[in-house]
Amino acid sequence: MEPYKSQIGQPVSRLEGHLKVTGTARYAGDYSVPGLLYGYVINSTITKGKIISFDTSRAKALPGVLEVFTHENRPSLAWFDLQYADMDAPPGSPFRPLQDADILYNGQPIGLVVAETFELARYAATLMDIEYEEEAFDTDLRSQQHLARSPKIGMATMLKPLPPKPKGNFEKAFNASPNQVSAEFFHGTEHHNPLELFATTTVYEGKGKLTIYDKTQGTINSQMYVANIFGLKFKNVRVISPYVGGAFGSALRPQYQLFLSVMAALKLERSVLVTLDRHQMFTFGHRPPTVQRTRFSADNNGIITALNHLAIGETSRFEDYTEVVVNWSHMLYPAANTLMQYKLVELDVYSPLDMRAPGGVTGMHAIESTIDELAHKSKIDPLQLRLTNYTEIDVSLNRPYSSKELRECYLQGAEKFGWDKRNPEPRSMRRGNKLVGYGMATGIWEANQLPAKAEAILTGDGKLKINSAVTDIGTGTLTVMTQIAADELGLPVEDVEFAYGDSKKPFAPIQGGSFTVSTVGSAVKAVGAAMRKKLFSIAKKMKGGVFDGTDLRDVSFEGGRIFITNNRSRSVSFQEIIVANDNKPVKLSKFSVPSILKLKKYSRAAHSAVFVEVEVDEELGVINVTRAVTAVAAGKIINPKTARSQILGGMIWGISKALREETIQDDGLGKYMNQNLSEYHIPVHADIHELDVIFVDEKDTVVNELGTKGVGEIGIVGMPPAITNAIFNATGKRINQLPIHFDMLL
Amino acid sequence: MLTELTEPTTLKASQPVNLVVNGTPLQLNLLPWVSLLDALRDYSGLTGTKKGCDHGQCGACTVICDGKRVLSCLSLAISKDGSEITTIEGIAPEGDLHPLQKAFIEHDAFQCGYCTPGQICSAIGMMKEGKAKTRAEVKELMSGNLCRCGANTNIIDAIMEVQNQSVHE
Repeated sequence: MEPYKSQIGQPVSRLEGHLKVTGTARYAGDYSVPGLLYGYVINSTITKGKIISFDTSRAKALPGVLEVFTHENRPSLAWFDLQYADMDAPPGSPFRPLQDADILYNGQPIGLVVAETFELARYAATLMDIEYEEEAFDTDLRSQQHLARSPKIGMATMLKPLPPKPKGNFEKAFNASPNQVSAEFFHGTEHHNPLELFATTTVYEGKGKLTIYDKTQGTINSQMYVANIFGLKFKNVRVISPYVGGAFGSALRPQYQLFLSVMAALKLERSVLVTLDRHQMFTFGHRPPTVQRTRFSADNNGIITALNHLAIGETSRFEDYTEVVVNWSHMLYPAANTLMQYKLVELDVYSPLDMRAPGGVTGMHAIESTIDELAHKSKIDPLQLRLTNYTEIDVSLNRPYSSKELRECYLQGAEKFGWDKRNPEPRSMRRGNKLVGYGMATGIWEANQLPAKAEAILTGDGKLKINSAVTDIGTGTLTVMTQIAADELGLPVEDVEFAYGDSKKPFAPIQGGSFTVSTVGSAVKAVGAAMRKKLFSIAKKMKGGVFDGTDLRDVSFEGGRIFITNNRSRSVSFQEIIVANDNKPVKLSKFSVPSILKLKKYSRAAHSAVFVEVEVDEELGVINVTRAVTAVAAGKIINPKTARSQILGGMIWGISKALREETIQDDGLGKYMNQNLSEYHIPVHADIHELDVIFVDEKDTVVNELGTKGVGEIGIVGMPPAITNAIFNATGKRINQLPIHFDMLL
Repeated sequence: MLTELTEPTTLKASQPVNLVVNGTPLQLNLLPWVSLLDALRDYSGLTGTKKGCDHGQCGACTVICDGKRVLSCLSLAISKDGSEITTIEGIAPEGDLHPLQKAFIEHDAFQCGYCTPGQICSAIGMMKEGKAKTRAEVKELMSGNLCRCGANTNIIDAIMEVQNQSVHE
C-alpha cells in the first residue's frame, strides 16, 4: 500500500462542483414546497418622516392576495433591542422591520404582500395608497463632517479595535521632516451585490416549528434571530443554508426578507418565500462612504518619521457601525510619532455593513497612496522605501508578529512582475497611444480565530462524517474542511463527508473576517485528533493484542487502518474497530477555543505585495489593468486551487473598487440612484486581463493549530492603491477619489 | 419600489403555453406576463436557472432556446410557445458531464456557483455562434454574464480549453 499522501496542500477541486455545474445545488430560493406562497416587499419612497396612512384595500381585493402586512397589522413581537441583535450587530438599536410608522431611511421595508403567485404579489405591491409626512434629512457625509464624533463602544469593538494611542509628538516631527506629504481621500458608498438575490423560504411545519432556507453567512445567527424575535424555541427553528450565492459580508446580519418571510409564515400558517429584487438589494447594508486625511513624513534617508491618519465614516442614526481604517499604517511602518483618529457621522441611511476587507481596503488605499507619494517626493523607489521601513514587530502595539513573510512577498512579487523595468518618471513609459504605468502597494489583513464546535462520526464502513453548522459562501469551506479531516485520520477525501450549512449541527460563528478556516478548521482538526485517540483506545483493547506495549505516538493512521509505524505488518482496520465497538459508530465532538493568553502576545496578520501595470489611453483617458501580480503570505495554504481563486476574486474586487463600482447618491432626495446591475458597474470578462498569484511559504506556530491565516480578504486590500499608484506613474495624476473614471484623467 | 400601473378591472386569464424543456414536452397554463425564467423556476420546478436581476443585466438566467442563448428573464414564456429550451439541467442529460462542465470544475471556474448555469449555457451558445476565435473575442462575447466572485479568468480558461478541443477535433 502507498504511504498516505497529505491532503492539506493539495489542489483538490471543489467537492460540490458537480452540483454547481449541473444546476442541482439548491440556494435559498430554490426549494419547491407544496402550497408555497410568495411575498413581495413594499419599500418607503421617502427618506425620513412618518407614514400617515397606509391603505392596502385595492391589493387585498384581488383574488389570490392573502394578506398585506404593515406596521398597523403586524403580529406583536419582541420588545427589547437585545432580542433583535445578531452576531454582527454594532452598538445601538438594531432596525426592526414594520415596527412603527417611522421612516428612518429611503427604501425602508414598510410592508409585505403575500399572494398565491409571485406575479400577483408583485402586481399587488403596486396598488398601495400611502401618505407620508416628510421630515428634513441629511445623507451627505462630506457636508456633515463637522458633526463627526467618536464611536460608541460595544461587543463589536472586540474584533474591531479602536485606533492605537498617539505616540511621540506628531506635529513637531512632521513639521521638522524634510519630506512631507498630505492628502485627502474620498470613497463613496458601495453595495455587496452578490449575484444571488436575498431570499428566504420559510417552511411552516405546524406546532410552532419552522424549517428556514435562508441566504445567510451564519445558520445559527439566523436561527437565534428568529427564535428571539418571534418567541420560538431554538429547537423548533432550523435554518438550512449549504449553498450561498455570494455574500461578501452582506449576509453576516439577518436581513429583512428573513424577518418578513417568517412573520408571514407564522401568521398565515403557510410556507412563504420572500425574494428581494435587485433594486431592494440596495436597501440594507453597504460599505460606508469615508473621508480620510493623511500626513506622512520621512527624513532624507527614507526613514518614515511621522504618521497621521484620520478617517470619518458614515453610520446610521440607530447603530454605530465602525471599521478598522486607521490602525494599519503603524503596524507596517515603525514611525516614532503617530496620531490616528477615527470618527463617525450619523446620517439618515441604513446602518453600513461589513463588506470584503471592511476598513482595511479603505484605509490601505489612503496609506499606500501616501507612501507612494512620499517615495516619489523623496526620490526613492517605492519598493525600496517599504524595505527601508520594514519591521519584524508590530510597533503600534509593541509586540512581535506571529509570522511575517512580507519581505518575501515584496521580493518574489517584484521578480515575477519585472518591477526593475519600471521608469519612476511619470508619463515616461508608453505603448502606442497608451501611457503605461507600474504601481505597487502592500496589503495587510488580520488573522483571527473564534470558538467553534465540530462533531465526528466514524461508521461501520470505515468512513468519517464531520458535522458543523458553518456555511460555504463560495470560499471552498466544504473542500478545505474535508481535507483537514482526511489528514487527521489518514483517509482519502472520498472517505470523508463534511456535512454543513445547518443550524442543527454543532456551533459555528458567522462566516466572515477571513477566520473560517482558522475557526472551524481548528475544531475539525481537534475532533479528528480526538477520534484518532478514541479509535486507538478501542483498538488497544481488541483481542489479539496488536497494539500491546504501544501508545498513540507509535502508530500511524493511513488508508482506513492503524499501523504500528515501525512494524507495518501489525495493523487494525477502522471497520474491525467498529466491530469491536459492538458494531456501534464512534461518535464524539470537540469545542475548539483560541488560546487567548498565547495569542495576546502577538500581532497576527496576513500580508501581500501587489504589483500592477496599467495602460491609459492618452486622448480618451480609458484605463485598463493589463496585468497584476499578488504575492501573499497567509500562513499554511490548505488548498492552493481554491485559495488562488479567493485571491483572484479579491484582486478583481480591487479592480472594481478602483475603477468601477460605486453607489451614486442623490442627497437632495436622500436615495441611491443606480440601484441595478447595469448602472452599478462591476468588471465584466472583457475588463479582466493577466492576473498572477504567488503564495509565499510562511510557517506560523502561534496563530492556530493549522497555521492558517485566511485568504478571503487579503486579495483585495493592496489592489486599489497599486492601481492608483500605477495610474500616477502612467499619467502624473494622483486621483484620490474612487472609482477613478476616464474623465478625471482628461 | 415600483411605479403604479394602470389598474385593470380584471386580471387576464391564464393561457396554455407549450414548451419542450430538455427534451420533455411541458404543458403550462400561464398568465401572459410570466417570464420564461419564472415559468421554468416557479411553474416547472427547474430551479437550476438563476434570477440575479430580472432585468437582463447579469446573465444568470441564460438558457438555450431553439439553439440560441437567450435571457430567460427578458422573454415572456408565452412568446416562446412551441420552443425547444435547454437549461443547465439538460446540458448533459445522460449522467456524464458536458466537457465544459468538466472544465469548469477543473479550472475552479466558480466560487458561489450562482452565475455558473448562465455562464455555461451562454458559453455553449457562444461556441455555436462561431464568432469568437481568440481569447479577447471570447471575453467580449461572454461579457453579458457577470460573475461577482471574480472567477472571470478561470471561467475564460475553462471555455478556451473546450473551444480549442472542439476546434482540433
